[in-house]
Amino acid sequence: MSTKKPLRSKLASTASRSAAALSRATGRGDGSVIGGKIGLMIDPNLLENLAAGRKIALISGTNGKTTTTRLTAAALGVAGDVATNSLGANMPTGHTTALARAGHTPYAVLEVDEHYLPQVLTATKPHVVALLNLSRDQLDRAKEVAMMADMWRTMLKSVKVRVVANADDPMVTWAALAALDSGGQITWVAAGQRWRDDSWVCPECGSHIERADADKPITAGETGASDDWWCTGCSLRRQMPDWEVDGDSVVDPTGDKHSIALALPGQVNRANAATALAVVAQFGVRAADAAPRLSEVKSIAGRYAQVDRDGRSIRLLLAKNPAGWLEAFEMAEDAPTLLSINARDPDGLDTSWLFDVDFSSLHGRTVYITGDRAFDLAVRLEVNGIPFTHVAAFADAVAAVPAGRLEVIANYTAFQDIRAELDRVN
Amino acid sequence: MSTEATSSNGAGESALRIVWVYPDLLSTYGDRGNMLILARRATLRGVPVETLEVRSDEAIPRNADIYLLGGGEDGPQALAAERLIADGGLQRAADQRSVVFAVCAGYQLLGSSFFAKGEKHAGLGLLDIDSDRGPARAVGELAGETDPRLKLPMLTGFENHGGRTHLGPSAKPLAHVKVGVGNDGATEGAWNESLLGTYSHGPALARNPALADLLLGWATGQPELDPIDDQWPDKLRSERLTAIRT
Repeated sequence: MSTKKPLRSKLASTASRSAAALSRATGRGDGSVIGGKIGLMIDPNLLENLAAGRKIALISGTNGKTTTTRLTAAALGVAGDVATNSLGANMPTGHTTALARAGHTPYAVLEVDEHYLPQVLTATKPHVVALLNLSRDQLDRAKEVAMMADMWRTMLKSVKVRVVANADDPMVTWAALAALDSGGQITWVAAGQRWRDDSWVCPECGSHIERADADKPITAGETGASDDWWCTGCSLRRQMPDWEVDGDSVVDPTGDKHSIALALPGQVNRANAATALAVVAQFGVRAADAAPRLSEVKSIAGRYAQVDRDGRSIRLLLAKNPAGWLEAFEMAEDAPTLLSINARDPDGLDTSWLFDVDFSSLHGRTVYITGDRAFDLAVRLEVNGIPFTHVAAFADAVAAVPAGRLEVIANYTAFQDIRAELDRVN
Repeated sequence: MSTEATSSNGAGESALRIVWVYPDLLSTYGDRGNMLILARRATLRGVPVETLEVRSDEAIPRNADIYLLGGGEDGPQALAAERLIADGGLQRAADQRSVVFAVCAGYQLLGSSFFAKGEKHAGLGLLDIDSDRGPARAVGELAGETDPRLKLPMLTGFENHGGRTHLGPSAKPLAHVKVGVGNDGATEGAWNESLLGTYSHGPALARNPALADLLLGWATGQPELDPIDDQWPDKLRSERLTAIRT
């Protein structure tokens, strides 16, 4: 590896690591943001310099980027040491810290906030970028979906890069196809699209996007002709996928099936695994070698974690937006379920998305609700015809359910509150 | 799209017909909620309901009782206005005193003109309002004292829009702003006869059950509807109205 860095970068990198250590030692944070902030103040090109000499994959999208980053980093471990921002600090300061902390590694897999993707792409010159999905998420501050797709498309028009993209998401497909203009190469993954209410209108021409089966959500693992979609007004349409999920296997472009024994629940995570294998294939790593590594990933900062408490087996599922809630319902077992909603800064202050989520699949389950904004949820569930019990706190729900499984589905800060009560379970 | 069933569908001639206009274009954040809430509150009063989602490549039905328009991004908003003007069905329905309830982008396009993607677009001209761009995006809690003629309690909602709306002489403000921006920092929303628009976006009726009942009263011609158990909407209202005071 040629890792000769300018002196300023070396200094910045060291200062960045010290600040991160200080942040952790004083208990003020996990260090993943502050370290990078200080480093970038000393050397504005620090991220660029830290990235130089590494072969990098960037993972972005509205949902699943933390999990897919973890799966990809595990899979790429077959080839050598991998730097990664596994704490979910997915903006440039977090990337800077992750790379500085990792020291010299031949590879890096970085989760990137979708807004920052153009900036990070320019700074890190990645070998491959994976585009998972785009859907509504915190509209009180995030860019609207069409604007985000347009931003990605503009980015790919001017930078030549390998792209791994979700063929089932029309907005992602439209953005990814721009890579052809700059001579990039696209690998398509049939990664599913359960939430479709942000992609009925063609981003290219404004016409209606037709689905082969308008009533059946597209989920990875049940592939077939019914997954097809096309614009009724222009040439935008689903591209033939190179990678697919078939039950508990991932099918590679040659048609070979690779069995994946994931510790993570849900069809969406099998799709994330397929994306991870498609990404590492761009580094020359064979799916057969990488697939066994995927089962090493068991929980991610508390997500999917299972905790035994007073005879209850509590499982934590994080859902931050309508698409994420639909995936969480698919993962959850038929068991008593606690839903917790906050609307603090990291969650977005607007709870109106609750009416975008159809809670019908909770019918017949014992449902508890809690959180700062439990009453918003109460009104929503009442309209949805789902009986529920409001509890003041997480502990009350644990006490109320019989021994056995309790599924907990919560949005970001609500999830962190509950995780704190479970001794910051990872 | 979501298959969440409303209380009853296809209830026939006597049913209250609710049309959600262009959910493919105007459905940014929880807009479905208004349709679901109206349907539920009518059904609880023994009024059968038929709901219809009309896509932007379909004709607007003429003989519905309530038409709902939601919020949308700039491009879809301009497209929706264009298609609604070409279709003409919503204007005819409004002429026949059908109820139209519109939020955010849907509210703007009921006026004579609005701005989207930096350009002025013609609206439907159903409400005497016109909209332009404000100095900054209005994002946050919105609350206001409602027009006494409507006999409604305080309006509470969440707004997220870049436009500012100016009322002409025949449009009456829905509310006077206490918190937030609304039309222009002073007034919020507008109404006239059986048309009502608000910047309280998404499922505005979730926090304003009395407003939902006002619309149902207009549509059914029965201003006094039986009371229903509103403990959860009431708790939500009181929690929100307390939160904005602190």
